[in-house]
Amino acid sequence: MSILLFTALVGLGSLLAGFLGSLTGLGGGVVIVPLLALVFHVDMRYAIGASLVSVIATSSGAAAAYVREGYSNMRIGMFLEIATTLGALVGAFIATRVATSTIAIVFGCVLLYSAYLSTRSRPAEPVDGKQDRLARMLHLDGYYPGSDGKRQYYTVHHVPLGFGFMFGAGTLSGLLGIGSGAVKVLAMDQAMRVPFKVSTTTSNFMIGVTAAASAGVYLARGYIDPGIAMPVVLGALAGSMLGAKVLIKARTKLLRLVFGAVIVVLGAEMIFNGFTGRI
Amino acid sequence: MNALERKNSAGWDDQRIELIIGILLRSGVLLSASVVALGGVIYLVRHGHAIASYHVFHGDASPLRSVGGIVLGVMQRSGRAIIQLGLLLLIGTPIARVVFSALAFARERDYLYVAFTLTVLAVLLYSLLGAKP
Repeated sequence: MSILLFTALVGLGSLLAGFLGSLTGLGGGVVIVPLLALVFHVDMRYAIGASLVSVIATSSGAAAAYVREGYSNMRIGMFLEIATTLGALVGAFIATRVATSTIAIVFGCVLLYSAYLSTRSRPAEPVDGKQDRLARMLHLDGYYPGSDGKRQYYTVHHVPLGFGFMFGAGTLSGLLGIGSGAVKVLAMDQAMRVPFKVSTTTSNFMIGVTAAASAGVYLARGYIDPGIAMPVVLGALAGSMLGAKVLIKARTKLLRLVFGAVIVVLGAEMIFNGFTGRI
Repeated sequence: MNALERKNSAGWDDQRIELIIGILLRSGVLLSASVVALGGVIYLVRHGHAIASYHVFHGDASPLRSVGGIVLGVMQRSGRAIIQLGLLLLIGTPIARVVFSALAFARERDYLYVAFTLTVLAVLLYSLLGAKP
């Protein structure tokens, strides 16, 4: 395959991944690595390097739009970024020391888990309970603009548990070159009881910084190849911007189902290829 | 009083800071995407008809693994080096956001969060500058 054709096809595939990832809220990164590794037979290390930089592009682009709406909580984000960046550094170092087939198997498991998470319905908004001492000390409690224009105040709970979850999310991000937004939302939404909309936007805000923490290690190890990263970054960025534009009109329920099915197939194939040593 | 409602004498509240962060992120992404696209055009014009081979990993021998190597390549007008410069700017975008957050928290006199932000910045700089290949 010529470089021209490779660039065009990878760019197109990344555009579709970014588009669906943004529409379904699952992120494009989870399908870009299997796309490169399974369809284009790109070495796993190049695949996770390219995916990681595309994650910085799409999440920063989306965060730029979200911060203006006033949902994201800067303090929660900044505090938890200590955990995610340290985790990302650890993950990136692990990635350079284990076999690519092992990374493929872990990746497959994360894909299957993401698909499972996407089938569950959105949890109910947590009720405003009593204040958590640590959360109060760290000024984590906040508010967001409610539908009636009034400020909706919320309190944050289980800070150490959320912090631990975030370290894990960062490690996965650094190991697999993904945003691991699903784990981040889980930590804030389920463990810390942060309202759903605040969790998703703050998580998006954190993904770029988390990915930047492992990008330095990836760059120094030669995982980031300009020939692959160029079509992946530009394609995924264009796709996610397009996805954000049509988000309101689209029937996301059916899309989530289709995208979920694609993720299950890719996850199973990653695990199979990992065990047979073909990746 | 809620921490988020705190305003200081300069009139900087969290909403205004978030607005500036939004502009910062957007410009960073646009700038880096343009540089990547420019390098991509040069790369494809010169090497588009060569055969793509990414099945085997050769990254550990690439000269584009360090900031110095990238700058050297850009001065030779190498398309691949210009793409890599764009990717470096992209990696720098969230780092710039963290630097700005540190300044914003300092203006709010929220020194606990200045410390948190500087910790994150230290991890980021260690990854980018301290990690030996």
